[in-house]
Amino acid sequence: MSSAVPLDALRDTHAPRVEPLDVERVRQDFPILQRKIRGKPLVYLDNAASSQRPRVVIEAIRKLYEQDYANIHRGVHTLSQVATEAYENSRDKVRQFIGAADRREIVFTRGTTESINLVANSFARPRLQPGDEILITAMEHHANIVPWQLVCEQTGARLRVAPISDEGILRMEEFARLLTPRTRLVAAVHVSNALGTINPIRRMIELAHAGGIPILIDGAQAAPHLRVNVQQLDCDFYAFSGHKMCGPTGIGVLYGKLAHLEAMPPWQGGGDMINVVTFEKTTYNDPPQRFEAGTPNIEGGIALAPAIDYLLGLGMDRIAAWENELLAYATQCAADIPGLRIIGTAPCKASVLSFVLDCAHPHDIGTILDQEGIAIRTGHHCAQPVMQRFNVPATARASFSFYNTREEVDALFRGLRKVLEVFG
Amino acid sequence: MADLDDLYREMILDHSRNPRNFRSNEAAAGIAHGNNPLCGDRVSVFVDLDGDSIRDISFQGSGCAICTASASLMTQALKGATRRRAQFLFENVHHMLTDGKLPHPEVELGKLHVLEGVREFPIRVKCATLPWHTFHSALTRGSEIVSTE
Ligand SMILES: Cc1ncc(COP(=O)(O)O)c(C=O)c1O
Repeated sequence: MSSAVPLDALRDTHAPRVEPLDVERVRQDFPILQRKIRGKPLVYLDNAASSQRPRVVIEAIRKLYEQDYANIHRGVHTLSQVATEAYENSRDKVRQFIGAADRREIVFTRGTTESINLVANSFARPRLQPGDEILITAMEHHANIVPWQLVCEQTGARLRVAPISDEGILRMEEFARLLTPRTRLVAAVHVSNALGTINPIRRMIELAHAGGIPILIDGAQAAPHLRVNVQQLDCDFYAFSGHKMCGPTGIGVLYGKLAHLEAMPPWQGGGDMINVVTFEKTTYNDPPQRFEAGTPNIEGGIALAPAIDYLLGLGMDRIAAWENELLAYATQCAADIPGLRIIGTAPCKASVLSFVLDCAHPHDIGTILDQEGIAIRTGHHCAQPVMQRFNVPATARASFSFYNTREEVDALFRGLRKVLEVFG
Repeated sequence: MADLDDLYREMILDHSRNPRNFRSNEAAAGIAHGNNPLCGDRVSVFVDLDGDSIRDISFQGSGCAICTASASLMTQALKGATRRRAQFLFENVHHMLTDGKLPHPEVELGKLHVLEGVREFPIRVKCATLPWHTFHSALTRGSEIVSTE
C-alpha cells in the first residue's frame, strides 16, 4: 500500500489549524444531551447510526407545523408559497453545503439508501448489458451493495468487489486493476461506517474517470464530519442522509451531475414529477422534480437547512479537528484495555472506534454499557461482508460527534473495565 | 429496575465460558441452524432420539453470553427428556422469558430458572430463545434454518 493513500485523503479532508470548539457550549444546543438513562447522564456514542438534533432544527420543525405548514409546489395560497419557498431554500443550502454548481443537481430523497437505489434504477439499469460490471469496495454498507446486486440480477451484469487490507484500507492497486473496459459504474463509500476508514476518493474518482467510468460516492458518514465539495471531487453522484448530520430523519440528498440527471428517466411516478399527463402520454418534469414524485418529506427538507447552517456555523474544519482529537484519545485509551482489538486501523479515519474484546461478545458489552447510560452500537453495522473479512461475528462501535467530550470517552472506558470485571 | 447481576448470574457466566455439550454431531437425526442477523448470534443444534426420548443433544456456534449459556443449559435440561416434556419445557422457557406465566407449572424448570433475569432486558430475550427455537425446529422438522427476524 503506498503512502499516497492517506496523504491524498488528508488533502481532501483535514484542515489547517483552527480555533477549537467550545464543546460545553455546543452541548447546550442539544436538549437530549441533558437526558438521564437509568439515572446516569446519557453518553451518546452512536452517532454513526444517527446523530442528535440541535434546538434550531427542532424549533424549525415546530415553527413550520405551528405557523407555516401547507403542501408545497401546488397551491396559490400564502401558506403553500411560504412552505414551498422554505423547501426550495433548503435545496440552495444543500447546494452550497456540498459545493454543487447548480441547484437542479440536488434531488431530495428519503436518505442515502433511496439515493443509491435511484441511481441504480434510473442511471445504471438502463445502461447495463450482460457481462458489464459494477465495481464496489469490500467496506460498503448494505445500502451500497444490495441495490447493485438487484440491478445485476435484472440485467445480467456482474458485481466486482475491490478488496481491503487487514487495517481496513482499500487496496488501490487492486481497485485500479478492477477498473476495466467492462466497468460501467463505480460505487464507493467515502467514510466507512463499520471501520471509520476515509477512502482516497479523489484518487478513486480520477482513476474511474481515466477509464471514462462514472462514480457514485456514498457520503452518509462523510457529510457530517468532513468538508465535501462535489465540484472539486468531480464525482458523478454523491449520496447522504439528513439524520446523520443533525438534520431530520426521512430526508436525504442525491447530488448528480446535471447532464446525468437530465438524461435519466424517472424512477417513481406520481405527482410533481410530470409535465403534462394524458392517458396516452406523459411528459416528465425536469430535474430535480423529475425524481421527486409525490408529496415529499416537507418538514424534513425544510429543517435540513438549519442543520446545515448549524454545522457551517461551527465550521466543518473545527468539527473535524475536535472529532479527530476524540478519536485519537479513545484509540490511545483502547490500548490499555487487555484483550481489546480495534477493527479498522487505517491511518486516515473519522470518528469511528470499532472493536472486539476477547472475553465478551459485543452484545454483552452493549448491555453492560447501557446500564451506565452509554449508548454504543453492537452488531454487524449493516456491513456483514466487513465482519466476514475480519472474521468476527459482530463488533462494538463507539462513534463520536463534535458534541462528545473527553470525559465521555473516559466514561466509555470505565464502562469497558466493568465489562472486564464481569467477564474477565 | 433491571439489574445487571440478575442478567449475568454466576451460573450463566460459567456456562458461557465453559459451554456443556458443545460439539457438532453431523450424523444426528435432527439438525437445525439458527441465527440472529441483528447481533450475529449463530447456533446449530444436533438432536438424536431414542424412541420417544432425546438420547443426545449438543450444539455449536458463536454467540453472546446469554445465547451460549442458554444453549448449554438447554442441552443439559433436555438430555433424556421425552418429546412431550421437551415441548413443555420449550413453552415454559418461552413464557418465563416473556410474560412470566408458565403454561405447564408441573414441569419444573430447574436450573433454567437462572435465565429469568433476561426478561428484564427485552432486547436480549431473543438471545436466550434462539437456541430453543433452533432445537424445536431440529426436533420437529429435521434440518432447517431458523432466524429470529
Ligand atoms: C456508509 C453508509 N451508507 C449508507 C447508509 C444508509 O443510510 P440511510 O439508512 O440513512 O439511508 C449508512 C447508514 O448507516 C451508512 O453508514
